[in-house]
Amino acid sequence: MQDLGRIGFSEDQAALLDVATDFCLQRSPVSTVRRLIEDELGHDPAVWTEMGELGWLGIAIPEDFGGSGLSLAEVVPVVEQMGRRLMIGPLISTTLAAQALVVGGTEAQKRNVLPRLAEGVAATVALAEPDFDWEPDTVSCQALETEGGQLVLRGQKVLVCDAGIAQWIVASVLYRNAPAMVLIPRSALPEGALRRETVIDETRRSFALNLDGVSVSKDDLLDLDLAATTLTHLHLAANLLGAADMIGGTQACIDYTVDYLKTRTQFGKLIGSYQALKHPTVDAYCRYEQARSHLYAAAHCFGEQGVGEIAVRMAKAAADGAYSFASDRAIQFHGGFGFTYDCDAQLYRRRAIWHAANYGDASFHKAKLAKLLF
Amino acid sequence: MQTVDPKDLAAFEADADAWFKENVVRDPGFMLPLTFMEVGTDQQFHFLRDWQNKVYDAGYLGAAWPKAYGGGGLPQDFQNAATRAMRRHHGPIMLNAIGLNWTGPLLLDMGSEAHKMAHLKGILSAEDIWCQGFSEPGNGSDLGNAQTRAVRDGDHYVINGSKIWTTLGRYAKYMILLARTDTDTPKKYDGLSFFLAPMKIPGVETNPIRKLTGEHGFTQTFFTDARIPATGLMGVEGGGWKVAMRTLEFERGARGGQAGGYVAVGSNAFDVLDLAKRMTRSGKPVLDDPAVADQMVDFLMEIQAMNLNGQRTQVPNLIADHPQGIPLASKLMGTEMSRRLNEFAIRLTGARGAYYVGEAAAVDQGIWARAYLNSFSATIGGGTSQIQANIVGEHVLGLPKS
Repeated sequence: MQDLGRIGFSEDQAALLDVATDFCLQRSPVSTVRRLIEDELGHDPAVWTEMGELGWLGIAIPEDFGGSGLSLAEVVPVVEQMGRRLMIGPLISTTLAAQALVVGGTEAQKRNVLPRLAEGVAATVALAEPDFDWEPDTVSCQALETEGGQLVLRGQKVLVCDAGIAQWIVASVLYRNAPAMVLIPRSALPEGALRRETVIDETRRSFALNLDGVSVSKDDLLDLDLAATTLTHLHLAANLLGAADMIGGTQACIDYTVDYLKTRTQFGKLIGSYQALKHPTVDAYCRYEQARSHLYAAAHCFGEQGVGEIAVRMAKAAADGAYSFASDRAIQFHGGFGFTYDCDAQLYRRRAIWHAANYGDASFHKAKLAKLLF
Repeated sequence: MQTVDPKDLAAFEADADAWFKENVVRDPGFMLPLTFMEVGTDQQFHFLRDWQNKVYDAGYLGAAWPKAYGGGGLPQDFQNAATRAMRRHHGPIMLNAIGLNWTGPLLLDMGSEAHKMAHLKGILSAEDIWCQGFSEPGNGSDLGNAQTRAVRDGDHYVINGSKIWTTLGRYAKYMILLARTDTDTPKKYDGLSFFLAPMKIPGVETNPIRKLTGEHGFTQTFFTDARIPATGLMGVEGGGWKVAMRTLEFERGARGGQAGGYVAVGSNAFDVLDLAKRMTRSGKPVLDDPAVADQMVDFLMEIQAMNLNGQRTQVPNLIADHPQGIPLASKLMGTEMSRRLNEFAIRLTGARGAYYVGEAAAVDQGIWARAYLNSFSATIGGGTSQIQANIVGEHVLGLPKS
């Protein structure tokens, strides 16, 4: 039987899961989540600073560059607990930007940028383009050489999360007709290069990025030999962390629904006693447990050649199925209240759709898995 | 807890591996049952009884049960290694399932010294076949309402009533029996008692029941003034419900201590993948159909999730919110998946899905159709999936009782 991955759990993961569980519960009650939806920035800078102080932004950054020298496996419990509390802040974006540099950056880029990211300076990645293709290596943005060693960029990026506050954006481009990665400092973006997008998950801050005329130094290219590896790594890392956020959200969404089923009375009975509601909720719970097992296998096996990709794609596909089902039923089982903006079910449902749309949904990953497994 | 030297364990597993390689008979010339609930002929019964006895004699069954009761006295890891070797060489199933997996661990957990001495060795050797008398014709899922009567008379209890779905009922020497010793308790559960009851005595009759597959697998058992020794009472009179619930935990795999081996060779998703690779549709491999491929991946993900669920229960931090969640839900998840998987397998065979066991042109001798029909034994027996969903909803999620 083919190795599809296995569960492992480090002491660091355990410690981070513990701390993150409490921290996210304290700092992100749903009243705060709703307040921040109305806020332009979209997150609380004081909480973001605290996350930096906890060391969460440097978890997967090597010690030589100011991080803890752990891996994405240790970021997973943090993101899971953030997702559980619908917590907001550019942690996933900054972690992905750091991963781009850790895997594919030049020595100078690592030295200059990684310590800043570990301290809590936000950054992000710009991978998606207006063809809205999930394949990481279909790139049409260009980096063209000009005289004097400069590069001028052309093209559009979309769904660039947290670009509004990112001090660096790592973008995929074509350079000499091959995919490459370029590190764009905030200062290189002209006025109006970013346009905030209206997205289904209102807790997110997402931007379209116009690269036309953006000029960077040739030194801002990441290691050209590692570009393909870096793109694949980012694709899988983004799906791993997306799955983590989704699994946390699935758990909270089921808890939220169960609370309602235990308190709402109709026809003289608590509605949770009706099997028409109870059994689908159990189904949602079973799918959640399965998806969470996939998540922690993917976290543990992420770095393993072959197995890591299988485990991550399974985790994202399972998370999509579990979160979509749980949040869809959450709306329905809240009855008339479920149809209102005040019911939290919509927050979960919207976030589930957001994650499915970013970096590949269940059917995309299952098609990939078919190629890997058959 | 005994410590395990990895070298000893590896040597044990290598020996087990060689033994199963040498001794497994894959094709005895007749179709072997895939589960202990499918033993329908004497030929199958005797073959499997001899096989279990042979495995036990070799030290690969009950390896982790105490020596004093006929076990091997080794740490659980050794039995797990033996079971792995058995599986690798596709050994036939262990016959005495109710003894090995339910009665045995129950006796080890709650039984008296006399019960352990009397019964455990016979369970392992398959000399004493066990069956279970819980469900009744009128009370399946509503187990607490069992009506079979047990009335004390001196050193005996007199049993009257009927039990149904008695797997291995024709062959069993003993039954774990849930019967009502008091009809007058405020709560119906408090009137129940739990017995280790002999079957080969006057007043006990077994009638075979024909399953949906057309085969015989279990019986209805009738008790007419059957006198069973009072020494067979487990625990106290009126305390049977607690013992029965503990038995169900063993039955559903929510609690460990089973003798080892396996009592069903479920076709898993990888076997179905192999099947899919052999099948064509409209002149192309069936897996070229993206809808079929998507479903196939779903099954592979599901079986992987169940493996991982088992591993995750070993990590307390990762099950902190619902420590009993995965154990209590595993029967529901596993049996329902198996049912859907076998149904999917039939569909993969296309027009030949119309054939059944006995037709030479059937794919894989028709095992997929038979496995699908038999899969309902697991989604219904031991508490239906709907009862399981109630249990998970109420005991794990805390939802109000239905």
